[in-house]
Amino acid sequence: MRLEYFDIIDSVDVFDLAARHVETSSTVPAESTVFEGHFPGYPVLPGVLLLEMMNHTSGYLLLGMHDFGKLPFFAGAKKVKIRNFVAPGMVLKSICDLVHDGSGFCITRNEIRVDGKLVADAELTMMVMDFPSTELPALVRERARQHGVALGLVT
Amino acid sequence: MSSTFDVVSKVISETSEIPLEQITPESHAIDDLGIDSLDFLDIVFALDKKFGIKIPLESWTEEVNEGRASVDDYFVLKNLCARIDELVVAKNA
Repeated sequence: MRLEYFDIIDSVDVFDLAARHVETSSTVPAESTVFEGHFPGYPVLPGVLLLEMMNHTSGYLLLGMHDFGKLPFFAGAKKVKIRNFVAPGMVLKSICDLVHDGSGFCITRNEIRVDGKLVADAELTMMVMDFPSTELPALVRERARQHGVALGLVT
Repeated sequence: MSSTFDVVSKVISETSEIPLEQITPESHAIDDLGIDSLDFLDIVFALDKKFGIKIPLESWTEEVNEGRASVDDYFVLKNLCARIDELVVAKNA
């Protein structure tokens, strides 16, 4: 997890498109400028960044569902619950399941767990659009490979 | 048995917190009811589930953008209900 670069996910651990299910994981860094303000002397990962991890995990599900041919983006969140503090060094597991596959949008159910314990959950509305530049698809695929997505299985 | 309009108006009322009595078959979802695009996604999500269909928002948007249909064809509620009825018939065919 590199917060300053919004590189939230370390790895994609489960990428089961048939089951419409994705799991990712990430270790909260020991140090980050984010913790200088949140909070001085008591570092806590902001809840919005937990939401962002859910967004990235959902994004991988949508990328897979569209054969990496559309760019997913975050459009809304409901039933958001941040249930526990998340501190540096914790290993987060983000779990995403498809709730509804609509026309141009999806609803996903998301959980984040630490050592099996639920720390946050939410229902996200995700939309898809055409890639806004010709360079971006290759960059997204490269990032997915770095995160461990077996792209050969996707096409 | 509830009519399509009964179901649609109830979904809109619950999703967008609009009093049911303000919603008529002639209502325009955007111009009269003030529903924005994200609220409309919530409504479509609920209608997809209620009717067991997939409302083709992307192709409707394309038709409007290309001038093959007007916004009213989909956003005036009586027209939206007619489209839903067509989708339900197609699903059951």
